[in-house]
Amino acid sequence: MNRRLSLFNVTSLVLGFAFLYLPILLLVVYSFNGSRLVTVWGGFSTQWYAALFRNQALMEAAWVTLRIAFLSAGMATVLGTLAALALTRYGRFPGRTLFTGMVYAPMVMPEVITGLSLLLFFVAVDLDRGFWTITLAHTTLTMCFVTVVVQSRLMTFDRSLEEAAMDLGAPPLRTFFAVTLPLIAPSIVAGFLLAFTLSLDDLVIASFNTGPGATTLPIKIYSQVRLGLSPEINAASTILIGLVTLGVISATLISKRSVLRSRRNV
Amino acid sequence: MRRTFSPWADPNAKPLIRFENVTKRFGDAVAVDRLTLDIFEGEFFCLLGPSGCGKTTLMRMLAGFEYPTEGRITLAGQDLAGVPPYRRPVNMMFQSYALFPHMSVEKNIAFGLKQDGLPKPEIAARVEEMLRLVQLEKLAKRYPSQLSGGQRQRVALARALAKKPKVLLLDEPLGALDKKLREETQFELMDIQHDLHMTFVVVTHDQEEAMTMADRIAVMDHGRIVQVATPGEIYEQPKTRFIAEFVGDVNILEGHVMGQENGLWRVKTASAEMPLSIDDPDEVLHSGQAVAIAVRPEKMVVQREKPAPEAVNVLTGEVWDIGYLGDWTVYRIRLATGEILRVSCANVSRFVENPIDWDEQVYVTFAPGAAVILAE
Repeated sequence: MNRRLSLFNVTSLVLGFAFLYLPILLLVVYSFNGSRLVTVWGGFSTQWYAALFRNQALMEAAWVTLRIAFLSAGMATVLGTLAALALTRYGRFPGRTLFTGMVYAPMVMPEVITGLSLLLFFVAVDLDRGFWTITLAHTTLTMCFVTVVVQSRLMTFDRSLEEAAMDLGAPPLRTFFAVTLPLIAPSIVAGFLLAFTLSLDDLVIASFNTGPGATTLPIKIYSQVRLGLSPEINAASTILIGLVTLGVISATLISKRSVLRSRRNV
Repeated sequence: MRRTFSPWADPNAKPLIRFENVTKRFGDAVAVDRLTLDIFEGEFFCLLGPSGCGKTTLMRMLAGFEYPTEGRITLAGQDLAGVPPYRRPVNMMFQSYALFPHMSVEKNIAFGLKQDGLPKPEIAARVEEMLRLVQLEKLAKRYPSQLSGGQRQRVALARALAKKPKVLLLDEPLGALDKKLREETQFELMDIQHDLHMTFVVVTHDQEEAMTMADRIAVMDHGRIVQVATPGEIYEQPKTRFIAEFVGDVNILEGHVMGQENGLWRVKTASAEMPLSIDDPDEVLHSGQAVAIAVRPEKMVVQREKPAPEAVNVLTGEVWDIGYLGDWTVYRIRLATGEILRVSCANVSRFVENPIDWDEQVYVTFAPGAAVILAE
């Protein structure tokens, strides 16, 4: 097989990445714009970052976003891990295929529908929209991603390790905490980071289920942009991109490393 | 002491482990079929059989990972029904070793002792003792991924021995080791078992391994035990053709019983001109019965000279293949019927003048006592 880069390969690579990342790059570049006009380059400056940190409303939105992301990712991790355990461990219980499909459905469900149906549910049970409704909605959205990540680790898990622990006198629960959990921990952390970043940048579901006093950063940015572009928003977006990138990259690295390690130990 | 160890021959001896009419079904498949077996304290017991014969299921039922569908297993008089693996005085060494990758060697060995809630100094002392037993004192702080295959095997053994179980189960304990190491480890396992006076139950598909280590071997096939006996009996007095063929090499000659003469059975075969004379007095046969005669390759003699006219059990053929193994030479002799006999000959001398060569006409003989009659 020819593994060298041909001119065609390079061109398609450049075009592809340009298509994906040029707009984002433009935004990052303009966040360092010295000019007040968003579309005119006025020299390098970090003034909008400084302005951002002085902007009370934006900072508050960022704080709300982080809290929601942390809480919902935490809940999604617990629930998602339990679902992954049930799906891999309890063999063929009736309705297993249906259950699997239902766990994965939020991944492909249009966000508008997820958001709307959750809103209807919260209205029906008379739950005041705000911080907690967004948190719950994000838990629903991100749980399946945790399940996918943890499940793929459990599939390759050597069951004889658990049998060995039980054989040596550890009851099932202690076996889980002493052997299973430490070994699947990297995938759980990776799942958590993925859930965290998904919650961080969600706009649609959050705007359906938000209420007074619970404005997340994406909602804030979106509403500000409608009033007119401000370079501050570019700066805020750049930071958000940075956070999300960091989360996704660490999630990938952690799960990759744990896969390598488990392979070495076979 | 080893030589006189035979509790199975003592009618008053109480077995340590008892399988009573045990059946295990997985869905429609029968893994273990109405099996009854006694294993005695201090025995080195081997379950031998081809893959899928049910030997691993039998061991897993003893460990508590599977429960019998029917029948009963007792250990030292206690019925094991419903006793979970973590409450059985039985430990297992897994085929994959199943070492905990996130724990060091000493933590792995200490795991079982910790579950018992032993005081720390006692755990440390026991771990030390186990490390010394398997000669891994220097590697206590290492992790399993930093060990060689042989070292991992030792850690797995030490971990399973640490709790001093009544019975140690070993699932293909030497399967992952290379040939040289396997041989050494076989003898080490025997020494350890002897020194600790423990009961070992080993599952293996390797007949050589079973022959070397075991006090008794149970040969299994299709969920049933075909024969339980000492290695010598299994090899020299196989009960069935399956055992004769599974354990060691064997030549099978098919024929019909003609009758008994001077205490020897006379059997007519297509392979030899004259009826064969077989010394197997325990066998109860009747005239005309179809039988198989089993002769081990090392119990046959191959020669170029025509045997004396009064010689018994003479077969003629030509040399088809010669395999030189150093200590042995294996001849494959093709008879007129097309059957291929395997005859092995110890190379007692370094130089042989005019050795038997390919395509030569030769005579193969064996003594009446060298063969076993297997009823078809």
